[in-house]
Amino acid sequence: MRKKNRTAPRKGPQKKSRLVSYLTHHLQMLIASLGYLTRQPVSTLMTSAVIAIALALPAGLYIALDNASRISADWDGSTLISLFLKPEVSIQQAEKLASRLRKSAEIEAVSIIDRDQGLKQFQKISGFGDAIEFLDDNPLPHVITVQPVVDQQRPDKVVHLVKKLQSENLVELAQLDMQWVKRLYTLLDLAQRGVWIVGSLLALAVLLIIGNTIRLDIQNRREAIEVSKLIGASDGFIRRPFLYTGLWYGISGGLLAWLLIAVSLGILENPVQELAVLYHSSYELTGLSSSDLASLILISCALGLGGSWLAVGRHLSDIEPS
Amino acid sequence: MIRFDNISKRYPGGFDALSRVSFHLPRGQLAYLTGHSGAGKSTLLKLIALIERPTRGQIFLDGVNLTNIRNRRIPQIRRHIGIIFQNHHLLYDRRVFDNVAMPLVIQGYRHREINKRVRAALDQVGLLNKEKANPITLSGGEQQRVGIARAIVHKPTLLLADEPTGNLDPDLSREIMALFARFNMFGTTVLIASHDLDLIRQTGFPSISLNKGTIEHNDLLTLDPLARAV
Repeated sequence: MRKKNRTAPRKGPQKKSRLVSYLTHHLQMLIASLGYLTRQPVSTLMTSAVIAIALALPAGLYIALDNASRISADWDGSTLISLFLKPEVSIQQAEKLASRLRKSAEIEAVSIIDRDQGLKQFQKISGFGDAIEFLDDNPLPHVITVQPVVDQQRPDKVVHLVKKLQSENLVELAQLDMQWVKRLYTLLDLAQRGVWIVGSLLALAVLLIIGNTIRLDIQNRREAIEVSKLIGASDGFIRRPFLYTGLWYGISGGLLAWLLIAVSLGILENPVQELAVLYHSSYELTGLSSSDLASLILISCALGLGGSWLAVGRHLSDIEPS
Repeated sequence: MIRFDNISKRYPGGFDALSRVSFHLPRGQLAYLTGHSGAGKSTLLKLIALIERPTRGQIFLDGVNLTNIRNRRIPQIRRHIGIIFQNHHLLYDRRVFDNVAMPLVIQGYRHREINKRVRAALDQVGLLNKEKANPITLSGGEQQRVGIARAIVHKPTLLLADEPTGNLDPDLSREIMALFARFNMFGTTVLIASHDLDLIRQTGFPSISLNKGTIEHNDLLTLDPLARAV
């Protein structure tokens, strides 16, 4: 904030109050810098397009990841834990255990596959049907299948449940074929970090692009800056048009990025639906939510302002009248 | 108004532009600064406008010691000075009116007041009919007068001019000098650097002459009893 100055002349009615003149100038520069950009539409559009592409890439990856994790959430519903009981356990004991497990808050559904049923299933699926006929007695134990409730299906929680079930006296082995779920989650986690890295790098690129564009603007308006300094313009006064130019670059880049994403999603929508139909699923692509859009614009505005701030800070002080 | 106290200015590289310069220009006085090119006239004006800082000595402007002024306060000081350059420093991307209005815009004057004052300034330099023109379409003399209008539009207490008649023919030069005399009549302190000795002699105002960075002759000493004490 500007300090009160001793040598400043007394404010007459012909001058606006300090706050009014400050705000008026901000508004003027906001509009003037937009005018400056629209007077050179080609170069403005090119800069905005570069920014838009750099922003659309991580935002697009983010959407892809979001959609992928929604697919995997659908698949999670099929997580099942198989409890292979000890061979000496009778069917009555198994039923007792099953009814006890049903009462547990972590468990959605429990069903029993008794050893005869299991053998029949195995005969049918495995193709060893004839070989099994020759066995003297049934080698299979009774099996209880447990389906965890939905909020227990995160890999870490499921593993915890499996451990608990394993510690049951009658249980020989509690098995969860969830290696693939774990892998998927790890993969998604990896991809998420990848998006963060790519996003950060591209954000840095946007910062530098805007900084460089503003630097060129400063060079082009060198004479005006020198004259302004000579007739007593404050640094803030000289900075303002460049900062607002950066802000406009950010806004236009953000909006253009949103447009790029919307068009890309439009192109992908039909094939995805066809694919979903083939898988008998009603899956639909989700685009950017309004809050995602708001953060996209906010981030690009911040990058625009940040980039121009960097350029202005570095290059404006180089220009002194001589 | 302006007091130089043993001012020396050495540029990086070792060139001494001014050495041990002392003088006092009283408020409301018009004076010329003369000397060959390289004598230090421009450097002296630049020190007053805080474009350069002295290597040694102290400068007082209206009682304010400029040697201690922080960079962020420079704009405040410059708003009380009107500066006129030999090469106009006009901006060709805007109209004459907008060029002249710049100091008022910077200081946050109201729109109506800006209109009034810019017209008044253009009227004083005889260019009221050119307010909508682009400066590049004007002649050299007209451009110089636009530069003068811009320097006086905010009614500065001090007017500095560096070779304001450098590119002009004698008639135009006399006209410009007469303009400065008129501003001085209304109380503005004026310091004009010029090498046009004939013209200066005609006007009859006192002059300080510089030679190789030192004061060779100072008419102000005989005018101002205060200055003699320095």
